[in-house]
Amino acid sequence: MSTQSNRQVICDVLIEEAQNNANLFVACSDSRGSASLTPFANAYPNQFVEVGIAEQNLVGIAAGLASCHKQVFAASPASFLTTRSYEQCKVDVAYSQTNVKLIGISGGVSYGALGMTHHSCQDYAAMGALTGMRVYSPSDAQLTRCLVQELLKDDQPAYIRVSRSASPDVYEGNLDFVLNKANVLCSGSKVLIVANGEMVFYAKEAAARLNKDGISTGVIDMYCLKPFDEATLLEQAKDVDLVVSVEEHSQYGGLGSRVAQTLCHHLPKKLIEIYLPDEHLISGTNKEVFQYYGLDADGIEKAVRNAL
Amino acid sequence: MNELTRKSYELRKDILEMMWLSKAGHIGGDLSVIDILNVLYNAEMNVTPENFKDDNRDRFLLSKGHCADALYAVLGMKGFFDRREAIETFSQYQSAFIGHPNTDINGVEINSGSLGHGLSIAVGMAIAAKRDRKDFRTYVVLGDGELAEGSNWEAFMAASQYKLDNLCATLDLNGLQISGTTDEVMSTASVHDKAVAFGWNVIEVQDGNDCGQLVSAYQKARTVKGKPTLVIAHTVKGKGVSFMENQVKWHHGVMSEEEYKQAMSEIEEVLA
Repeated sequence: MSTQSNRQVICDVLIEEAQNNANLFVACSDSRGSASLTPFANAYPNQFVEVGIAEQNLVGIAAGLASCHKQVFAASPASFLTTRSYEQCKVDVAYSQTNVKLIGISGGVSYGALGMTHHSCQDYAAMGALTGMRVYSPSDAQLTRCLVQELLKDDQPAYIRVSRSASPDVYEGNLDFVLNKANVLCSGSKVLIVANGEMVFYAKEAAARLNKDGISTGVIDMYCLKPFDEATLLEQAKDVDLVVSVEEHSQYGGLGSRVAQTLCHHLPKKLIEIYLPDEHLISGTNKEVFQYYGLDADGIEKAVRNAL
Repeated sequence: MNELTRKSYELRKDILEMMWLSKAGHIGGDLSVIDILNVLYNAEMNVTPENFKDDNRDRFLLSKGHCADALYAVLGMKGFFDRREAIETFSQYQSAFIGHPNTDINGVEINSGSLGHGLSIAVGMAIAAKRDRKDFRTYVVLGDGELAEGSNWEAFMAASQYKLDNLCATLDLNGLQISGTTDEVMSTASVHDKAVAFGWNVIEVQDGNDCGQLVSAYQKARTVKGKPTLVIAHTVKGKGVSFMENQVKWHHGVMSEEEYKQAMSEIEEVLA
């Protein structure tokens, strides 16, 4: 288990970058604490912009800074960033191709008991539908670090969703990271599980149990939702009997949709999608919510066994 | 008639021709805002085709993006692109000159068209200037109907929080919008007091279609320190064409041939 949440990792990477990059800016909407960006704000006050609780303004200001050669990371809860300021994301960032990286913190059901107003079960769909926007949902600390370091090298928009709590480590040793290339954690001959974000850890755990039981199961970390790595999916899915997608998102327009679309076009296969249902979700910690809806190792394992 | 005012009327001719050939555009607002754009581009800002890549050029943002036609007219006359191409292809099949400003057109700073975006972006630019200790100024033009967009008021707060005296917004207050008067739809009657309450310096321009009055207002705005300035320009929608002035239906009306000829002859008369 990493001691650091993915949001803390982002702050670390940005502080490292700012040492040699005066154009790196962070903008927050009274969200520096919840985004774990207070250390950045304290270390680089001249490169930090606070806009108050005003997400539309956050994204508009970020675009204005970016048009003056700033490289801007705008961080706000995923729920508000991707819906309250959706039009600014569409026009001022995606359409305008400004160098703004939108960090959706506390994504999915991270806020647990705070309820539906604070959940973002639509952000993959919303951001993915915008022409010119890339969408990422990294699993663990190491992947988050690699991803942000790589995104610092370009000047295109992107949306990155991270969860609130520290995610268990998915990767051991050094990760061989290539931007927009999904990571194959293990290959299997019977089942392929495709997951992203916090779900990757559970997918890995479920696969370990299934493999132990003689059901050869592979796992892909599809952190790159857009551009979506169809090639890796098709290569890993080629010989399996069953594909399973798992995501902390609704059924509409997220990982499962993209997997289904890809398989349907190129490699028709039996597919099970595991996702958050289209209803008011139960109250509880994020782990309790995951468990209730089958978004954990037990849920994934059970779904696979039932399907086979 | 001085040279600057003459330009305003030359620009009106370009707008009318553009509207006539395209059978599109937002002619009422174009004619109310054109003097503001003319003064900014020809008497106030340091923006030219030659310095448009210069980091220290002034920035201009047309938040009321539906008046792209007026912006294209001014930029065309400044030589940012082939003026005739803009006039002859505006809003037509595969034209680069689409109905809202886009940055593929040389001289256009931001994509606009959805209302309530420009002021936030301008705040970002003005903060960047302050942080970089650059002395360029950022100018943004808002429509009065646009003020009903709440995002504007987020930006009003931020501009004063950051003491952006390098930011100057102009309100094209023509009193009309697509459904009727702003008083009927969503009143802007207290906008002066609102802006002051938000911490802004406010300058009223009694005749916002008078180039001389606008020039003085922008000169005054430069001298104000510690707060952003809002220039409230009291304009006439459809200004310069008698049958369009203060008429809601000319928000985006399309001229008949007879109307086009009359409109052109009225502008020609002023120029003569």
